[in-house]
Amino acid sequence: MIELRDFLEIDLPALATGTLAALACGLLGNFLLLQRRSLLGDAVSHVVLPGIVIAFLVTGSVGTWPMMFGAGAASVASVLLIDLVQRAARIEPGAAMGVVLTTLFALGVVLLEQSGARAVHLDVQHALMGSLEGIVWLGARDASDLVDPARLATLPEPLVRLAIVALAVLLFLLLLRKELAIASFDPDHATSLGIPARGIGLLLLLASAAAAVAAFDAVGAILTIAMFVCPPATARMLTDRLGRQIGLSALFAVSAGVLGYALAAWMPLALGLERGLGAAGTIAVVAGGLLALSILFAPRYGAFARARARSGRTRPGVGGEAGAGR
Amino acid sequence: MDAVVQALLLDAGYNSAVATVGAAFLGGAGGLVGTFLLLRRRVMLTDALSHATLPGLVAAFLVGQAVWGEGRLLGLLLAGAAASAALGGLAVQAIVAGRRLAEDTAIASVLAVFYGAGTVLLSHVQGLPTGGQAGLERFLLGSAAGMLRQEAELVAVLAALLVLVTLLLLKELRLLCFDPGFGEAHGWPAARLDLLLLGLLLALLVIGLQIVGLVLALALVVVPPASARLWTDRLGRMLPLAACFGAAGGWLGAALSAALPRLPTGPAIVLVLAGLFVAGLVLAPKRGIVAVALRRARLARALHAAVPGSERPAP
Repeated sequence: MIELRDFLEIDLPALATGTLAALACGLLGNFLLLQRRSLLGDAVSHVVLPGIVIAFLVTGSVGTWPMMFGAGAASVASVLLIDLVQRAARIEPGAAMGVVLTTLFALGVVLLEQSGARAVHLDVQHALMGSLEGIVWLGARDASDLVDPARLATLPEPLVRLAIVALAVLLFLLLLRKELAIASFDPDHATSLGIPARGIGLLLLLASAAAAVAAFDAVGAILTIAMFVCPPATARMLTDRLGRQIGLSALFAVSAGVLGYALAAWMPLALGLERGLGAAGTIAVVAGGLLALSILFAPRYGAFARARARSGRTRPGVGGEAGAGR
Repeated sequence: MDAVVQALLLDAGYNSAVATVGAAFLGGAGGLVGTFLLLRRRVMLTDALSHATLPGLVAAFLVGQAVWGEGRLLGLLLAGAAASAALGGLAVQAIVAGRRLAEDTAIASVLAVFYGAGTVLLSHVQGLPTGGQAGLERFLLGSAAGMLRQEAELVAVLAALLVLVTLLLLKELRLLCFDPGFGEAHGWPAARLDLLLLGLLLALLVIGLQIVGLVLALALVVVPPASARLWTDRLGRMLPLAACFGAAGGWLGAALSAALPRLPTGPAIVLVLAGLFVAGLVLAPKRGIVAVALRRARLARALHAAVPGSERPAP
């Protein structure tokens, strides 16, 4: 059996951090998905690395604010660069993104390797694979710690950071729900209503950068992409309504976090393996598994439903394009 | 400084020289294949395929260790990488075929989920008693220095072959990019040519895995063609330019990485490629920032001369 103290000290912080990372990124991912900017999640998660490293080199600290500022600045710079590359080289936006994100990520890796940053807190392994296991609540003893403010103040910094960011994301979505929806579905209409679609896009970018920085500690740069894309895509397979999609994506994000962590921490014990598995990876795998299930079995848009509709000589699912306000 | 010059002149030991030549061929092949992918608008698929090599790579390591007691069998590792990358490509295709999710969503999710599965397997390998020597991490960011002699030779030969095959198929691939309809009317199967292009890409990724690493392999096919695009509008010139940029990036990057400490090969190559791109962005005759600024200034002056009294002509 797992002892309560071990659970509080080791499992709970990692579990909560992973789940909050999936939640914060997954919620924002809904709008990236609708705007067909899922690859922007890809770009932002990569660009966070040079942002953090440069912020560390300038300020000498790995505190929350320098990291947030560095990542935000890097994200905005990357979007401007993508635009510049796209126009100058006359290539598609995806390819321009590829040029910018590989270059900046390479820059981040080299700066990290060459500078002293890797000795402090960051290292390349961390950026590539995440290190959920490194997040522990030292000194937690029993359940009463969970309601004791003095003990709660000793919670690991990454967890606190993610909790704040997840809350901020939630607030952001609640406050700008209508504007985000209109700007995502129909930017021209939004502009005609006096809603600045570009400004909303920029806010969404900054929010995504904040979520990516906070998630970076938990899951690293690359696995953050799974958090951005999988839960909203899973939800999108199941519904046409935006509100329901967001709710479902939150549900899937939390499920992926909890199930993924459980898989990583406790399954190896059950199988008699010596060590746990990398939890960041298992969370991504569970998120992908949920997506695969919905792609196959979704009631209306799933592969089987479509095949059945075709063989029944009815119109196959009315296609994807007819969905959700498109 | 001497070490860098030595490495550039292939004078820093046999292994490093072979790896540097291999990286140059790899960059050249990347430029050629990438030009066609860019024109077919499929270049970002590379990111999904390259990240999707990881689970196959690590699974092959585990199989090798279980069956032969030795995980580092290069042929097996690369076969595993190719198989799982192909699986990732099929997954992207299947998701897009469902018409509910867009291609960018498919690419991003396949990339992250396959990579995630790979990191899970990798964390298992690192926990094994022999895990320390596994050295699978070098496939993430590439390491020309960590290659064995036969490996370096194999990569160099295969990369040179890849350049040759791509050159032999130039006509077919060109047809595919510019007028697939015309090609089909003349009996060229466009679908099969597309598959061929993806096959070349897969070969490039697998061969290049050790040098450039899977995380940044995308740069090999996207940056050189984008650079070439700055300098010309014609495919006949874009192809050799992209190949040259790619080869120069591979050569310089691998040599720098061999000569300087703590400089992984993949990022080094990418930064050289990016440096060439930035040079083009500033200096290219028509599209470069300098050329555009000069043209604007000249236009403004001409306008100013034509309309006397206008202090500040509209742009």
